[in-house]
Amino acid sequence: MKNGSIKVDYLARVEGEGALLVRVKNKKVEDVEFRIFEPPRFFEAFLRGRNYSEVPDITARICGICPVAYQMSSAHAIENAFGIQVDGQLRALRRLLYCGEWIESHVLHVFMLHAPDFLGYQDAIQMAKEHGELVKQALQLKKIGNDIVNLIGGREIHPINVRVGGFYRLPTKQELSVLAERLKWALEFSVKMVKFIGTLPFPDFERDYEFVALRHDHEYPFNEGRLVSNKGLNIPVSEYEAHFAEEHVEHSNALQSHKIGGGAYFAGPLARYSLNFDKLTKTAQESARSAKLGKICNNPFKSIIVRSVETVYAVDEALRIIREYEMPGAAAVPITPRAGVGYGCTEAPRGLLYHRYRLDEKGSVLDAKIVPPTSQNQKSIEQDLKSFVEPRLKLDQEELTWQCEQAIRNYDPCISCATHFLRLEIRDEAS
Amino acid sequence: MPGKKKPKLAVWKFSSCDGCQLSLLDCEDELLALADAIEIANFPEASRAVVKGPYDLSLVEGSITTPHDAERIHQVRRASKSLITIGACATAGGIQALRNFKDVKDFINIVYANPKFIETLNKSTSIADHVFVDFELRGCPISKMQLVEVVSAYLNGRKPNVPTYSVCVECKRRGTVCGLVAHGSFCLGPVTQAGCNALCPSYRRACFGCFGPKETPNTTSLARHLGEAGVPKEDLVRLYRSFNAYADAFRKESESLEK
Repeated sequence: MKNGSIKVDYLARVEGEGALLVRVKNKKVEDVEFRIFEPPRFFEAFLRGRNYSEVPDITARICGICPVAYQMSSAHAIENAFGIQVDGQLRALRRLLYCGEWIESHVLHVFMLHAPDFLGYQDAIQMAKEHGELVKQALQLKKIGNDIVNLIGGREIHPINVRVGGFYRLPTKQELSVLAERLKWALEFSVKMVKFIGTLPFPDFERDYEFVALRHDHEYPFNEGRLVSNKGLNIPVSEYEAHFAEEHVEHSNALQSHKIGGGAYFAGPLARYSLNFDKLTKTAQESARSAKLGKICNNPFKSIIVRSVETVYAVDEALRIIREYEMPGAAAVPITPRAGVGYGCTEAPRGLLYHRYRLDEKGSVLDAKIVPPTSQNQKSIEQDLKSFVEPRLKLDQEELTWQCEQAIRNYDPCISCATHFLRLEIRDEAS
Repeated sequence: MPGKKKPKLAVWKFSSCDGCQLSLLDCEDELLALADAIEIANFPEASRAVVKGPYDLSLVEGSITTPHDAERIHQVRRASKSLITIGACATAGGIQALRNFKDVKDFINIVYANPKFIETLNKSTSIADHVFVDFELRGCPISKMQLVEVVSAYLNGRKPNVPTYSVCVECKRRGTVCGLVAHGSFCLGPVTQAGCNALCPSYRRACFGCFGPKETPNTTSLARHLGEAGVPKEDLVRLYRSFNAYADAFRKESESLEK
């Protein structure tokens, strides 16, 4: 293509409504727009005036695919404002719940949304006609993830058992041991899954990214840690807004993030893995090696392998937590609201999810800020497309369009998340 | 079914969190069987392939919040033999309908970084406010089992078996102790439609109304009871104003509490 455009009006196999436009002039990519037209929903506006206890239930509704992430980041942020620490088995149960969401969300993406691109199928159902057993087993693995969320959270979409301070009801040891039996199969299958995914054909494409993820002294990050990058960033979560900012661009109903004084950065599995390889379990590390994945990965197309490796990790970690589980005395830490600001950042399946709340002395929300992973990755997505398309302009339009879609799906973008938050600010004339 | 054409299914998204259509992909045990019985003709979240309409059955998720979507829903209706809305956004406007309670006149200035880029309606409304809907499936999120039931009922030309009684009936059936009576919890169960199998009470928390108002709910009586138990009015307003805030019965009650 010399002049023209690559256009996808409605991106398939992503969560939410997005489009793509690449403009080409004289064999040069002039402009790339990853356009988000999902309507804004104004969560930050209507969170004002709600009681702290309602926040995890409300923010869960930002995303039906990763509601646990929203519940975790909001609960942590509010606990931070109140000066409360959730430790021991309650903390472990939160990790277990997150393991469930990672398994469910990663397997959904790997097999149902992304793998069909590598194998040339329109969707997983077509893929199932030729890879029936594999798709069936993948669905079973996904189901185990959902069953963890189901047991601990009450249901897989918008769980009801998470509260600020802990839970409403605790699972018994026996309930968890039933899951453990099935998780043993899941570990075997997920190791096989990494091997299989490692054999897919990967485009030769790498960029020098700034990876940003949580890092914790003793564990692969879910709920806690410092924000670090491969370019020297190392800050507590409370300093997030001093280092990252959002801007509003015309073609998107989601704010785009960038690093202040830097530019695009990369959040999500690839970043998490490249910054925390040493914290993976042995099984997960070995399975990464079996797919010839280095300790650092700069090829975004290989994020599908990283998601599979993280699935192995999540299964392994779930087994450990269940093995060591002792039912705690109380389902939640007692809460005494106080006025203040709290920060929370956890690792959603798609990457960093930052929440900040200002609360009054009764625990009512005065204002809220939520930055989901997809808005952090928007700039990176556009830059990837720019460098990806130019050397491939010789491909026929349909093939190139499909490859561009695949490049976007590397990020598993969750567009519903990204647009939850355009702020609707209300100024009172009287004041 | 040799010789017989498979019915065509389409899934449409409006303003929502994607959770209700995800319920379809969460049917891990049924999904491949379902794909055998019907043609998944238009379901962008799951497939790049699009088969042209008309469709035998359309599942619609999400509420109407933009001028463009208010047009698009008419096209969806025209392309669909039966149209079923799935979830609280599509049946009641969803959590984003909380904007509906703000008086536009109070919005002296709506400030985005660049407000001119944004196009949105003042109200988030249900699909049935715009077009004829054959069946409304409740829930935030919907129940997977109810979804499978409704799809199979429509494809077989029968009435779906979806009860409209309250969460209380499900609690009694499960043998869960009534939190409202025994522990004085602030439970919306008596006025909320069943469908979740009384999930929250079984997890020792009060119902907060995910499935919206039951048939003929006595919202005023429940508000009076909770008020007498010491719940302040502003808390009652918020209790009725969550995921189904703009469902008629809940909206009227919260508005009358505010007077």
